[in-house]
Amino acid sequence: MTGSASRLARPLETAAAWLLGLLWILPLAYAVWTAIHPAAYVAHFAPGAPLTAANFVKAWNAAPFARYFLNTVLLVTMILAAQLVLSTLAAYAFARFPFRGSTIAFLLALLQLMVMPDVLIVENYATMSRLGILDSILAIGLPYMASAFGIFLLRQTFKSVPRELDEAARVEGAGPIAVLLKVYVPLAKPVYIAFALVSVSYHWNNFLWPLVVTNSVTTRPLTVGLQVFASVDQGVDWSIITAATLMTSAPLLLAFLLFQRQFVQSFMRAGIR
Amino acid sequence: MRRFEPQIQGWLLLLPAAVLLVAFTHYPAVATVWHSFFSTARGGRAAQFIGLDNYRDMMDDPVFWQALRNNAVFALGTIPVSIALALLMALWVNGRILGRGMLRLAFFTPTVLPMIAVANIWLFFYTPGYGLIDQLGSLFGLPEHNWLGNRDTVLGCLIVVTVWKEAGFFMIFYLAALQQISPVLGEAAAVEGAGRWYFFRRVTFPLLMPTTLFVLVNAVINSFRLVDHVVAMTKGGPDNASALLLYYIYDVGFRFWDTGYAAALTVVLLVILAVLALGQFLILERRVHYQ
Repeated sequence: MTGSASRLARPLETAAAWLLGLLWILPLAYAVWTAIHPAAYVAHFAPGAPLTAANFVKAWNAAPFARYFLNTVLLVTMILAAQLVLSTLAAYAFARFPFRGSTIAFLLALLQLMVMPDVLIVENYATMSRLGILDSILAIGLPYMASAFGIFLLRQTFKSVPRELDEAARVEGAGPIAVLLKVYVPLAKPVYIAFALVSVSYHWNNFLWPLVVTNSVTTRPLTVGLQVFASVDQGVDWSIITAATLMTSAPLLLAFLLFQRQFVQSFMRAGIR
Repeated sequence: MRRFEPQIQGWLLLLPAAVLLVAFTHYPAVATVWHSFFSTARGGRAAQFIGLDNYRDMMDDPVFWQALRNNAVFALGTIPVSIALALLMALWVNGRILGRGMLRLAFFTPTVLPMIAVANIWLFFYTPGYGLIDQLGSLFGLPEHNWLGNRDTVLGCLIVVTVWKEAGFFMIFYLAALQQISPVLGEAAAVEGAGRWYFFRRVTFPLLMPTTLFVLVNAVINSFRLVDHVVAMTKGGPDNASALLLYYIYDVGFRFWDTGYAAALTVVLLVILAVLALGQFLILERRVHYQ
């Protein structure tokens, strides 16, 4: 491709990229249009259509969304906190303690990357039933609290920490946990941020397991609440359903728009292994 | 005594995570296999050992085969397209293109949305007559179409939604990999007079191979793991035309409460995932530079 062909190819390519970009943002743009206009303007694009917040108000009042929000925030916080602590300890063990059987234990842990709790819903439901914690936020979170992904990510990071730093701290009399907290954890900060963003988005959006294990307003996360709302309560009032849909996605979407760079870099970091 | 210290410390550090991993990953995986040899406990009758009966039933169950076939079609429909689009998107937003930031944003945004929200938005697009797609179609004189109610189109509709949701996610991994490729290579190729397509085919694409593999494995796993859109949009219908394997497991396990049979179905899913894991492992063994 030289000469006139490539001179023509560039703008064409830019145009194609923009077309795809437009196509990609269209569904969301359309959802926003539906949610902020009166029902009469659904699928009817008049430039001067009056704006309204009524759809959001109606959706908010039609279902206990405040409670669902609270449940999701509790769930996501609980999972993340547990994941951070447990993955840090386990990754530290794998990276710096040459204990017997550590290779096999590591491979067994990695198994969770393939066989996620998402597909073991039948047995895990039975376990929760035996534990007597069905229909609780704890039950939604438990299967995810030990994260092979987090362990893997942090182990890689901890392994790259120079031994000298570790030894220097030990010479000063710090025990294993003190070394972990003073040397390893601070150096892994970007990895923690990356992991946290990925984890929060995953569990904010997770649906099937929460659907299976919850059964009441006080435990349902937003995704399940939205599904119950959209399938039972509303019939076909699309402006209200769309408003509810946007409402449930709004916090993540806003966070993403504000911290776009961090999000993209975190997902990248999480992907490079 | 000192020699044993790291041993004990290591295990103690691992213990909390190990307990949860065993309880909610390893135990249920093994228990699934065990329970697949038992009948479902019903109305006071305890579960009984029935050997391979669940598997025999499965062989004769047309819905199981349908779900498996659907899943294969769904995987083949989503994976190549979303990977190709992801690569294209990454190449575009990695280069110096007008409005790069906006494009990145547009491509990546669907990734942040919950699948259940995405499903609800698209459910509306597919509504017969009233939805966006039929409205657009009517401008060109096309008739109304019950997209999700038709056996021939329903799976295609789910494929479109999934591609839309996933392509931007995979784009990120390609983008990360592209940024690792030294710009010197491109400069050298330009000096040699190599065209862009030639350069892509002979240099960029081979260098991206590990990423493609990683994305491929993830895409295949996702096609067996994610059924949120099936629950929200079609409930497997019409006539099981859009039932995926995990959705069928959910249906059998939690609507018909036939846990024995659901366990046997889960075993099939686990075998599929294990084969995938093994395949990935063997291929990675041959590509040492990957890690």
